[in-house]
Amino acid sequence: MRFVDFFNALLEGKVIGQKCNDCGSYTCPPKATCDECGSRNLEAVEMSGRGVIRTFTTTYVAPSGYTEETPYTVAMVELDEGPWIVGRIDLPNEEVEKLGQELIGARVSVYGKEFPTEPFYPDKKRRVVPMFKLER
Amino acid sequence: MRDVAVLGVGMTKFGKHPDKSLVDLFAEAFYEAFEGSNIELKDIQALYYGNFVGEMTDGSGNLSGFMADEIGLRGIPAIRYEGACASSSVAFREAVRAVAAGYYDIVAVGGSERLYTAGTEIGTRALATAVDGVYEITAGLTFPGVFALAARLYAKKYEIPLEELREMMAMVSVKNHKYGAINPKAQFYGKLGDLKVEDVLNSRMISSPLTLLDCCPMTDGGSAAIIAAADLAEDLVDTPIYVRGTGQSSAGGLFRQKEDIIRAVPRRTASQMAFKEANMSPKDIDFVEIHDCFTIAEIIATEAMGFFEYGQGCYAVRDGVTSIDGDLPVNPDGGLIGKGHPVGATGVSQVYSVVKQLRGEFKENPVKNAETAMTDTLGGDFGTLVNMIFSVHRR
Repeated sequence: MRFVDFFNALLEGKVIGQKCNDCGSYTCPPKATCDECGSRNLEAVEMSGRGVIRTFTTTYVAPSGYTEETPYTVAMVELDEGPWIVGRIDLPNEEVEKLGQELIGARVSVYGKEFPTEPFYPDKKRRVVPMFKLER
Repeated sequence: MRDVAVLGVGMTKFGKHPDKSLVDLFAEAFYEAFEGSNIELKDIQALYYGNFVGEMTDGSGNLSGFMADEIGLRGIPAIRYEGACASSSVAFREAVRAVAAGYYDIVAVGGSERLYTAGTEIGTRALATAVDGVYEITAGLTFPGVFALAARLYAKKYEIPLEELREMMAMVSVKNHKYGAINPKAQFYGKLGDLKVEDVLNSRMISSPLTLLDCCPMTDGGSAAIIAAADLAEDLVDTPIYVRGTGQSSAGGLFRQKEDIIRAVPRRTASQMAFKEANMSPKDIDFVEIHDCFTIAEIIATEAMGFFEYGQGCYAVRDGVTSIDGDLPVNPDGGLIGKGHPVGATGVSQVYSVVKQLRGEFKENPVKNAETAMTDTLGGDFGTLVNMIFSVHRR
């Protein structure tokens, strides 16, 4: 699966992963081999698109290409099927600061949001960020 | 395989060098190493050079040939190694392996980098090339961000209130700045030596919960070493420092490592490889120079290398175990936080400090009776990990 396929699906509200036909575990984002057992016997599947925040950080000093977007909160979410993905929490900075460590463990659903690309990003047309929306 | 030893080491002062190129910085470090090695230039058979982001900071790639030619080694094989922040440690380890295998007898190693002069935005983007270039960078993940993610996960996993962990992290910064302030080669020589925990906690937030003083600085600098087969080294210098064991490991993105980011599994693999080769265990190590790119990084490293149980490294800092007079001095040269972090030069600068200490030449902050020491260099979000053990004893 190509990396753009993952992001194109994300913009349609779908999280695409791979199910291993040998060990049954899930890999996401896509990879040439099963992240668990290394098998290449993988099948593209639509994931639940839901999971829990495992850790996060609010970035105040950004790299060139991203400075307009600060402050933004990067998080790692464990999807219900097991894989972890990197994205941003869809919450204003003040709320993130108020909640602090309590955000860890919060349930979220994943969607894609388009941002302008930057000179070094592999997709020269656009940059899609996985966004995590808190389930209330 | 043959035994290998270090002849001489060199490094520039770390800090801001807007007036020196990557080549100037490496050459300066190289000649310090060369002058202590008692060899002639023609004895050097190859150059192993580490640099991470010369293309982005100086618009310059294909660097190794320029380095070799500059220092008078025209025509020898010259190879650039890139393993993010571990670039020159990878170069050093490959050089050791080539000499151990008998392919070369004497080689030069080193690195240079110019991140301070590049400025914060370019520097931050350059460093961020070491995260996953598709799935992590898209969210704007930075290096302070990587270790901020680790810090929050560490607090959660080991059930430590975040504010309590932040105080113990701050103690790493206080310690390493104290040592950096007395190291004449350090970026913060004469500065920040009497920091308080509150100063670290209250400095500018970079990536929550990491403040500016939880982070190592952006640095320009160069480092170098000359290594040789041990039999030769014993005829050339009074105190060869033997490379007793090395290890290296790798990993994919943070999201592939999941909760293991606080256990730094590749570091455990690399350090166990080094201990096995040296036929040693953590209790044989008198002090360590560790990759403290961020305060939490030092804590995680001491655990992964096997000096403390997982989740206990923070208390070792708090209780002074990792101070100069503790059981395991960590970063007596100031580490990356106090000494500076010219990425591609950092690994061999750790070797510099270790060699100087073991020879009793590190007068500013000596580790008493040190005979054996270990280095730890981390590239990226655990993508490249190198650990090496050095000793005054050959076997």
